[in-house]
Amino acid sequence: MPLLELRNVEARYGPIVALHGVSLAVDEGGFVAVLGANGAGKTTTLRAISGLVKTSGDILLDGEPVFRRTPEAMARRGVAHVPEGRGTFATLSVLDNLRLGAWVQRGARGRDLARVFEFFPRLYERREQQAGTLSGGEQQMLALARAMMARPRLLLLDEPSLGLAPLVVREIFATLRRMNENGTAIVVVEQNAALALDAAAQAYVLETGTVVLAGEAAALRHNDDVRRSYLGY
Amino acid sequence: MANFLQQVVSGLASGGIYGSLALALVIIYRSTGVLNFAQGELATLSTFVCLALLDHGWSFWPAFAATLALSFAGGLVLQRTVVRPAQRGPQIGVVILTIGLLIAVNGLTTWIWGGAARQFPGPFSTAPIHVGGVAFSKQDLGVIAVSLVTVALVGLLFSRTKLGLGLRATAVNPNEARLVGVPVGWLLGVGWGLAAAIGAVAGVMAAPSLFLEPNMMQAVLLYAFAAAVLGGMDSPLGAVVGGLILGVLLNLLGTYVHWVGGELRLAAALAVILGVLLVRPSGLFGSRSVTRA
Repeated sequence: MPLLELRNVEARYGPIVALHGVSLAVDEGGFVAVLGANGAGKTTTLRAISGLVKTSGDILLDGEPVFRRTPEAMARRGVAHVPEGRGTFATLSVLDNLRLGAWVQRGARGRDLARVFEFFPRLYERREQQAGTLSGGEQQMLALARAMMARPRLLLLDEPSLGLAPLVVREIFATLRRMNENGTAIVVVEQNAALALDAAAQAYVLETGTVVLAGEAAALRHNDDVRRSYLGY
Repeated sequence: MANFLQQVVSGLASGGIYGSLALALVIIYRSTGVLNFAQGELATLSTFVCLALLDHGWSFWPAFAATLALSFAGGLVLQRTVVRPAQRGPQIGVVILTIGLLIAVNGLTTWIWGGAARQFPGPFSTAPIHVGGVAFSKQDLGVIAVSLVTVALVGLLFSRTKLGLGLRATAVNPNEARLVGVPVGWLLGVGWGLAAAIGAVAGVMAAPSLFLEPNMMQAVLLYAFAAAVLGGMDSPLGAVVGGLILGVLLNLLGTYVHWVGGELRLAAALAVILGVLLVRPSGLFGSRSVTRA
């Protein structure tokens, strides 16, 4: 039984249909990449999972449909969503941002903080600074660190590499792999298809709101269509 | 010199009241960008509730505590039932709703308790206390103390508790707050509850010197607006400091500038609002808002 399953999920913004019938599955501890051009519905898929957009069709956690799918409720059930543009709390300190990450946790936050600072020593140095004063890469790390504080079962990431230096991007994906090895299932939406396919085990390709291709990431990497459209060779 | 010090202390007492009500305004403004025009009338209603308890033979401090609790609950329920539905629409709609609330609550208090001014027995005696040849009123000192304790408690709540962290996160970025699991809808209600309770402190502290009647807090609300603008609309600390500065300033103007006297105090407060908006729109402690074109 997959940890998360979308069955024929549709979503619209007013009259505009963003998803028509997306189906996908994420296994416990899985690592899924979602590829696609701008406007294909990648971001909306994540927003549908975390309850930020209303949908029709079924979204199942642990094999059971989730009925009251508000962002708060999904966070309590172990889904952490790092939106595009990181979405940290700019005027709050780094430490407060991390504490907010642990909102759904009860107790034992000190240990989590220590673990997160071990992952990201730079955040420890800047713990009293306002999040908005961090560099882009540090903010993305903070967003990841905050998600870690929730000890999520499922981590949703939207364009984590956007606007970051290649070195920082590599660091972030290394962290994602470590989190995944520690048992967190990950769904990552990424423009950088090569990077995403290297890191992920499974991948889905979206076009105009539907899944056009799905399979093992390694297999998709050698698929001619994917190579031409997303890898550029 | 003695007179000057007395005027400063009595200015601080008024300022503590303005600052408390300004703090209530700022707490709601920060989280939703809404100016709550009904804040003053809600404070008056709370004060009437306190008087009713006193009339039933309660002693002051238990009645005060019960009033704060009832005000908190009332504010929370008001947000959940009346304000929340309007929050789906444009913000100006909510502001206009609070003006409607102002009229409705004013009508309610007049209907229940009548329009006549009543004496309100405060907890502090009006007897003077002499310090180094200067006579201060015990009531003024008591009001200052209560205001400062209120502000300190609110400050601790915001900076030291999980609830406070959630309230701050809600004010900064409500959508993001929901994604980490903060129950934003409820916390907006808690914000209204807190504001109502802080307003109740202002009302009860103001009543012994102003006399209690349904319009008691209307002028105070304008001073509170001035205080909040002076301190910076999104800064709780600024609201209180703004209130204290404004209280002292107005008192000294009234005492030493004869053509201001008692009559032009309100005009002076409005001049402060205008001046701050012209010179430093973000106020003393407010964060400058920068919007990309």
